[in-house]
Amino acid sequence: MLKIDNLHAEIGGKEILKGLSLELNAGEVHAIMGPNGAGKSTLSYVLGGRPGYEVTAGSVTYNGEDLLAMDPHERAAAGFFLGFQYPVEIPGVSNVQFLREALNSQRRVRGEEPLSGGEFLKLAKEKAALLKLDMEMLKRFVNVGFSGGEKKRNEMVQMGILDPKLAVLDETDSGLDIDALKVVGEGINAIMRQPDKAVLLITHYQRLLDYVKPDFVHILAGGRIVKSGGADLAHRLEEEGYDEVMAA
Amino acid sequence: MTTTTMPTIRDEEWRYADFAALETVPEAEVTGWDEIAVAPGEVLARTFVLDGAAPDIQRLRITLGEGARAEIFAVNAASAYARLEIEVTLTPHSHFEFGGVLIGGGDVTREFVTRTIHAEPEATSNQTVRAVHWGTASGNYLGRIDVARHAQKTDAAQDFKGLLLEKGASANAKPELEIFADDVKCAHGATVGQLDEMARYYMASRGVAPDVAEHLLIRAFLADALAALGDEAEQERLFDHALAALEKAA
Repeated sequence: MLKIDNLHAEIGGKEILKGLSLELNAGEVHAIMGPNGAGKSTLSYVLGGRPGYEVTAGSVTYNGEDLLAMDPHERAAAGFFLGFQYPVEIPGVSNVQFLREALNSQRRVRGEEPLSGGEFLKLAKEKAALLKLDMEMLKRFVNVGFSGGEKKRNEMVQMGILDPKLAVLDETDSGLDIDALKVVGEGINAIMRQPDKAVLLITHYQRLLDYVKPDFVHILAGGRIVKSGGADLAHRLEEEGYDEVMAA
Repeated sequence: MTTTTMPTIRDEEWRYADFAALETVPEAEVTGWDEIAVAPGEVLARTFVLDGAAPDIQRLRITLGEGARAEIFAVNAASAYARLEIEVTLTPHSHFEFGGVLIGGGDVTREFVTRTIHAEPEATSNQTVRAVHWGTASGNYLGRIDVARHAQKTDAAQDFKGLLLEKGASANAKPELEIFADDVKCAHGATVGQLDEMARYYMASRGVAPDVAEHLLIRAFLADALAALGDEAEQERLFDHALAALEKAA
């Protein structure tokens, strides 16, 4: 589904990703862990097409297509979703208005009929309930006045509504209390644990992986994947720390 | 009418005007006023859409009786120099509400000029102007507030925000407050900036096409200027006029 090959990327002339390779197949959940400054967020933004992140070498293929050649909104329409580490506030635009526009834009690109206001609200209510986010919050401006945890749950409500094929979730667990972590973890499973979908979880901590069990765990350090393994690798990291595990 | 001489660049309230365009406008339109006296307790509600292709100057001189209100909302999306000038004289418990949108590109100057005269105590005024420009257009808001010596308990607010979509466009905000009373509230703010790139990217990341995202963000930016317009159909009509200017640009 996603094939990253020898990816090099820089911001402002500084190289952050230095030959990163990774492959995800449909039905798989991968977790990327790594110390601060390893390039985790850079990877997520490069995959998401954020302006200012320049790919200098390598390739990213998504379902056989060149992901890097697509504009961000085209990536979304093709089923790619980026869960932001710091969800953006948009004063003056309501969540409902924003998400209905987003979903219907995607549907138009895919040649599907747009959802009516009523159909959209029904879908939004269902996904908000799944993530235990008050529907009233979706009527408010995008992320304005939301707590850190509410912003992250809102990201997952968006994911539920947009129903992507591939989700890259950048530190979706940070800022969540223990109860919210469970709700978000179960939400990710409900939305994305499907045979035709894949998830790339970027996280600092093992705790999210207690709810969303990864099939593969990778350690990102110095801009490349330095070690890969199964779910047990995350446990070892939690116990022994990055230095020890990477040296082993 | 006290003056029949044409303004010059030395006149404060004309300093950003397009003088070449002014020469094509009949002198009576440049120097004359539409005078409106609002009786005590009455409401004057007016909306203006300036979207002509020829230079256009509209000048409104309003006198508010006790407890009267003037509620003026305007969209200036003209494709030639266009100016709406309002002078309001307030008496006790009267209120002046002004919401204005300046929007457009080209090499065009669009402006709102207000003079709010708090001549008596306990009157209120609130003015909100939003400007969105591209090309080499400029949008001007000159807002003068005079508070007379005995006009205590005056509450006057003025807020301007400019959004420049391209290099070369400009916005001029000139708040001018002359306050002679000592127990008054006069708030004013003026900022000029660009579209929030992160908001635009966030919307794109969810599938919203760039032109649609820009449209939504600009509409949100303009909303404050028309928020106090109670007539929803009229509010929508003004939004449509403002946003139609964007479509012309696309």
